Amino acid sequence: MSSAIDQLLVIVLLINILVLGTHRTRVAIRAIAVQGIILGLLPSLTHTFHLQILLMSILVMLAKGFCIPWLLLGALKKVEQQESLAPYLGYSGNVIAGAIATGLAFAFAARLPLATAHQGLLIVPASLATIMAGFIDLASRRKAINQVVGYLLLENGIFIFGLLLTESMPLMVEAGALLDLIAAIFVMGIIINQINREFSSMDTGRMTSLREVE
Amino acid sequence: MGLIAFMVMLPLAGALAAWLITDNRKRPWVLPVTACLNLLLVAILLAAPELPSSPKGLIHLDAIGKVFLLEFAILFTACSFYAVNYLHYRKERNNRILCTGMQVCLAAMSMATVAHHLGLLWLAIETTTLAMAPLVYFNRNARSIEATWKYMLICSVGIALALLGIFFLAYATIAGGMEPSLELERLQGYAPALPRVWLNASFVFMLVGYGAKMGLAPMHTWKPDAYGEAPGLVGTMLAGGLANCGFLGLIRIYQICSAANNVAYFRATLVGMGLFSIAVAAAFLVRQTDFKRMLAYSSVEHMGLFTVALGLGGKAFFGAMLHVLGNGLGKGVLFLAAGNIHRAFASKNREYARGAIRRAPWSGTLFLAGFFALTGSPPFAPFFSEIAIISTAFTQGRTVSGLLLVLLLMTAFLGMAMTVIPVVFGDPPADRQRTRYHDAFLLVAPPLALLLVTGTIGIWMPAPLYQLLGEAAALLEKMP
Repeated sequence: MSSAIDQLLVIVLLINILVLGTHRTRVAIRAIAVQGIILGLLPSLTHTFHLQILLMSILVMLAKGFCIPWLLLGALKKVEQQESLAPYLGYSGNVIAGAIATGLAFAFAARLPLATAHQGLLIVPASLATIMAGFIDLASRRKAINQVVGYLLLENGIFIFGLLLTESMPLMVEAGALLDLIAAIFVMGIIINQINREFSSMDTGRMTSLREVE
Repeated sequence: MGLIAFMVMLPLAGALAAWLITDNRKRPWVLPVTACLNLLLVAILLAAPELPSSPKGLIHLDAIGKVFLLEFAILFTACSFYAVNYLHYRKERNNRILCTGMQVCLAAMSMATVAHHLGLLWLAIETTTLAMAPLVYFNRNARSIEATWKYMLICSVGIALALLGIFFLAYATIAGGMEPSLELERLQGYAPALPRVWLNASFVFMLVGYGAKMGLAPMHTWKPDAYGEAPGLVGTMLAGGLANCGFLGLIRIYQICSAANNVAYFRATLVGMGLFSIAVAAAFLVRQTDFKRMLAYSSVEHMGLFTVALGLGGKAFFGAMLHVLGNGLGKGVLFLAAGNIHRAFASKNREYARGAIRRAPWSGTLFLAGFFALTGSPPFAPFFSEIAIISTAFTQGRTVSGLLLVLLLMTAFLGMAMTVIPVVFGDPPADRQRTRYHDAFLLVAPPLALLLVTGTIGIWMPAPLYQLLGEAAALLEKMP
C-alpha cells in the first residue's frame, strides 16, 4: 500500500515542476486538476477504509479535481488571447528553484522528529516540497491567474501534510475548509475578471497606484 | 448550547433575507434588525452563568470569547445603523452583496469567539476573510480592485500558513504519542509533553498566519490599501472585527504554548514582533497625508501593542483585554467619522479635506475626539489599557522595551496629529466644489454612541465588565 502512495506522491512532485515551468496557463490549471484528483485518492490509501474517509475522498476530488479547475478555466476563457508573461525568475529559473526546493524539502524532512509509523514515508517531504513550490509560483508569477494556481499548490501541500492526521479533524471542519477554498477561488476568479477589465491586463506588476508617496 | 447556535444562525438568516429582498432601499434595514437582536442575544449570553461546553469540546464560550463577542456585537450595531444612511447616499449602487456579506461576517466572527477547536476557529476566521473581500471592492474602480486583490492574496496565503501551523500542532500530539486532538483544553493539558520542534514550528506558522490577518508588520502591506479604498463602515469591520479575530487566533495558540514548560521563547518572539509592528506603523504615520491610510497604520500600531501585551503577560493581559474593547470601539468612531469627512470633501487627503469642523461640525468633532481616545488620552478606555501594558513592561524590568513603547507611541501620536489637526481645523480650500453631504442623524449618532461607550468604560467601568475582563486575563495567566 505504501508503495502506491509513494508513487502517487512522485507524480504530485512532478506536477509541481510542470506547473512552475509551463508557458501556458491552461496547462497549469489542468495539471493542478490532476494533482487534485490524486490528492483525493490518497486519504483512502493512507487510512483504513471507513465511510467518513470515502466521503472525504469524493469531496476532495470533486472540489480540487473538478470544481476549482472549472472556475479557473472559466476565468481564463474571459481573458483569453493574453500575451504570455514570463515569471520574474524566468521559466527555467522557476523550474530550477522548484527542483532546489524539492531537494531541500527532502533533506529537511529527514531531520524532523517524526512518529515511528511515518518514518521513511514520502508524505512529509512531498508536502514541504509542494508548499515551497507554491510559494515560488506565487512570488514569481506576474499574472493574477497564475498566482491563484500558486496558491492552490500551497493549499495542496498543506493538504498532503493533513493526511497524517485525519483523525483529529472532524468531517464538518474538513468539508468546511474545502467549501471555503472553493469560495476563495470563486472570489479570486471574479477579481481576476475585474482586474482584466480595469487594467486591460492580468499583469499584477501594473497595479502600482496604491503605495506610499515619497 | 441552543442559544449559541441561535446566535450564529441569526445573522445567517439575516444574510439570506438581505439576499432575497429586491428593493435596494429597504434592504439595508435588515442590518439594524439583525444587529439589535444579536446585541440582545449577546447580552443574555453574557449575563447567563457559564454554559457547559458542547459534547466534543468544540464549542465553549469562555471569558475571553465573551470580551470579543461583546465588542463585535456593539461595533456591528453601530455599523448597521450607519449603513442605513450611508447606503441611502449611495443608492445608485446595488447593496445586496454588502448587506449579505456584513451579516455572514458577523456570523463567522461570533463563531470564532465560541470555537474551542482550532480547526473550527480557523474555519470561522477564514470565512470572515472571504465574506469581506467583495465589500472592499464596493466602489468598483481600479484602485479598489487593486486593494481587494492584495487583501485577498495576502490574507489567503496567511490563513493557509496558519492552517499548516494547526496541522503541525496536531502532528505534535501524534509524534508525542498522544491521542490526536485539536481541542483547546486537551492541547493545554498535553502541552508540556509535546515535542518542542513541532510546537515551536506551529507557533511560528500561526504567528505569521494570524499575524497577516491582524496586519502585523511585515505582513501588513494589504492593510493601508484595503482600509484606504473600502467604505468607512467596511473599514470599521476590518479594523475592529477582522483584525481582532486574528488576535483571538493568536491568543488561542498562546494559551497552548504558555502551558508548555519553557515559554521565554514565545514571549520574546511576541514582544519583538509587536515592537517591530509599532515601529513600522509609527514611521509610516509620520508624513501620512491620506487620513484613511493613516487609520490603517494606526491599526497596525495597535495590533503590535496587542502582541507586545501578550508577550509581556501579567497585568498586561488585563490591559490587552480592555484594549480589545477600547481599540475596537475607538476605531469605529474614527472610521465612521472619517467616512463622513471623506464624503463631505470628496477627498481623503489632508491637502484637500481641510476644516471639517466647519464643513461637517459633528463629524469633525467626532474625528478629533476619536483620535484622542484612540491614542490613549484620558478619560477613554485605551488610556487605561495602554498604561497597564506599558507599566507592566517597566515593572518586569524590561526597561528598554518599555521606553521603546513610550517613544514609539508618542511618535505615532504626533504623526497622527499632523494629519488630524489640519483635517479638522485647517482652512477649507476655496476652489473645490461643495458636495451634497451634510451630517445626518444616523451618520453621526453611531460613532457618537461608540465614543460614549469607550469614555464610559474609561471613567466608570461597570462592575460585571471589570469582573469579566479580570476572568479573561486570568484565563491567559493560567498555567496548568
